[in-house]
Amino acid sequence: MPDNETVTNLGLDEYKYDFVTDDEPVFKAEKGLSEDLVRQISAHKEEPEWMLDFRLKALEIYYSKPMPEWGGDLSTLNLDEIYLKEEWEEQGIIFESIEDGLKLHPEMFREHFATIVPPQDNKFAALNSAVWSGGSFVYIPKGVDVDVPLQAYFRVNAEQMGQFERTLIICEEGSQAHYIEGCTAPVYTTESFHSGVIEIIVKKGARFRYTTIQNWSNNMYNLVTQRALVNEDATMEWLDGNLGSKLTMKYPSCFLVGERAHGSILSIAYAGDGQHQDTGGKVVHAAPYTTSQITSKSISRGHGRATYRGQCKVYEGAVGSKSNVECDALLLDETSRTDTYPYIEIDENQSSIGHEARVSKVGEEALFYLMSRGLSEEEAMTMVVRGFIEPIAKELPLEYAIELNRLIELEMEGSVG
Amino acid sequence: MSKYLLEIKNLHVRVANGDTEILRGVDLAIRPGEIHALMGPNGSGKSTLANAIAGHPGYEVTDGQVLLNGEDVLEMAPDARSRAGLFLAFQYPSEISGVSIANFLRTALNSRRDDDEGIDVFAFHKTLQEKLALLKMDESFGARYVNDGFSGGEKKRNEILQMAVLEPKMAVLDETDSGLDIDALRIVADGVNTLSAADGELGVLVITHYKRVLSYIQPDQVHVMLKGRIAESGGPELADHLEEQGYDWLQEAAAVAAS
Repeated sequence: MPDNETVTNLGLDEYKYDFVTDDEPVFKAEKGLSEDLVRQISAHKEEPEWMLDFRLKALEIYYSKPMPEWGGDLSTLNLDEIYLKEEWEEQGIIFESIEDGLKLHPEMFREHFATIVPPQDNKFAALNSAVWSGGSFVYIPKGVDVDVPLQAYFRVNAEQMGQFERTLIICEEGSQAHYIEGCTAPVYTTESFHSGVIEIIVKKGARFRYTTIQNWSNNMYNLVTQRALVNEDATMEWLDGNLGSKLTMKYPSCFLVGERAHGSILSIAYAGDGQHQDTGGKVVHAAPYTTSQITSKSISRGHGRATYRGQCKVYEGAVGSKSNVECDALLLDETSRTDTYPYIEIDENQSSIGHEARVSKVGEEALFYLMSRGLSEEEAMTMVVRGFIEPIAKELPLEYAIELNRLIELEMEGSVG
Repeated sequence: MSKYLLEIKNLHVRVANGDTEILRGVDLAIRPGEIHALMGPNGSGKSTLANAIAGHPGYEVTDGQVLLNGEDVLEMAPDARSRAGLFLAFQYPSEISGVSIANFLRTALNSRRDDDEGIDVFAFHKTLQEKLALLKMDESFGARYVNDGFSGGEKKRNEILQMAVLEPKMAVLDETDSGLDIDALRIVADGVNTLSAADGELGVLVITHYKRVLSYIQPDQVHVMLKGRIAESGGPELADHLEEQGYDWLQEAAAVAAS
């Protein structure tokens, strides 16, 4: 059985952790990161010389960059103990594996690859650039409206396998599409690491939505760089759901570089006991009349911690730009924690920025009200949480909304002591 | 088995973690099919009684019993009391944003079932539509989020809708009439009368500050609460008497009795 099967049927009857498929990667790299390893990956993929050079340069950058000192605790993360893995699929317009994208469309690939997230961007982007493997390549031609979502569903099943997936999406002028990625990982005892890079180019007048619902096993470090370049009159929407993992650091970004470009980031994070969700969003207004909206909702339970970390930058000359941030945190008990770190940098006076943050606890009155109708305390708590995430769930296609609700329900089991 | 549906015996209640006793020995008994009214001035303990019956965690019962068909409900959690057949229409119902009334009620009905299968979605939809029609409510009401942005009247109608769907044995209406204009009051009262007529065994305790609602819901018995005790009980004429005389004569009588 291939480990990278595409699950068109979402497998809603399978619970989050009880499936482990036989794992036989076509290529299994030697343990530990090295120049040899990078050469090995590149040779195995039969890559052109420029890509090998790119990977080796990125590896140097990776070695030269310090670990981030902000965000979550990475001190127990051992990057030498990571295997690399490759996988992906083919279907659609141009919707294929990133490897095939490089092989079959070399010029288009090279023109756009690493232009949105260069290796210099951050340490984990550098690491990904050196050893990337797996991910999607999507090209939506000019004026094409893809009304069925492009769906990618993968599972990280090999113990100690690092996932360095790399996705490159190009939306030509006036095109429209929705890409959905969901993944869920089985529980393993040793720590795992996932560090993806997602690059999206939304050209003039195009509209693109990228939806992710991720549910990682609770020992996973999930550090992802996802960024979109949004041109004139184009719209980019990130819809991001983060469950599980030990630590997730993920801030979908929109670089609004054309006039009237719009970026929207809608995220939901669930920090269960022992988990840290350090998520948020980043918007850069670099052209006049650009607009952005960040809506972040988080739920913390037990000793879980949800951090909102957002950045809004308005360059001089980006007149008439508007940005609005709404953070809404729900604490389920006395030990759970939430914090908000908004970074705002404005170099243009003729712009308007709004930021609202709310923290709420599940109220005794609301629980009593629901229980007085026959719901158990746990059912009542789950219902309040489901209501809290509803504004985001309703943006999802039905089967994903059902899955999100189901995952939340599983997380809520045993939430009442 | 007791001939009473709801029997409250010598109930003493204080605010949880507080010293002040609010209910100081309440006795009240309601038979199946009866409608009782509980009146009294502000602060007399009417709402405390309603909340204590339903098991609000903010109140602590220090003595006494609350029996539903002879079974003491005070040992039960609020959800178990609901499943046993008690219903409280809240004076100030909570807003649960993002949760539709239909979803909420379907979950509440499922909590009453022994199997894990849950009520059939289509069967539930049919039931909900029937109850909405019975109460002359708009069929789209079930799609709205629970009390989210509701007017006072809508909140109270939502309480009555929940009562209609959950079909309790004993319903306590805590100042359901307060804050309603005359049209809204009539709609809510009609709803209660309809449910009472549909289920001849349903017991209702109407807690109110004003006699006004009793022009629309005819009680079998009227009780007056003063300072945490039932000071007077009687027929519907007691409400008329209170309307004319106010509570002062009772308070004076109680003072005389106490001295």
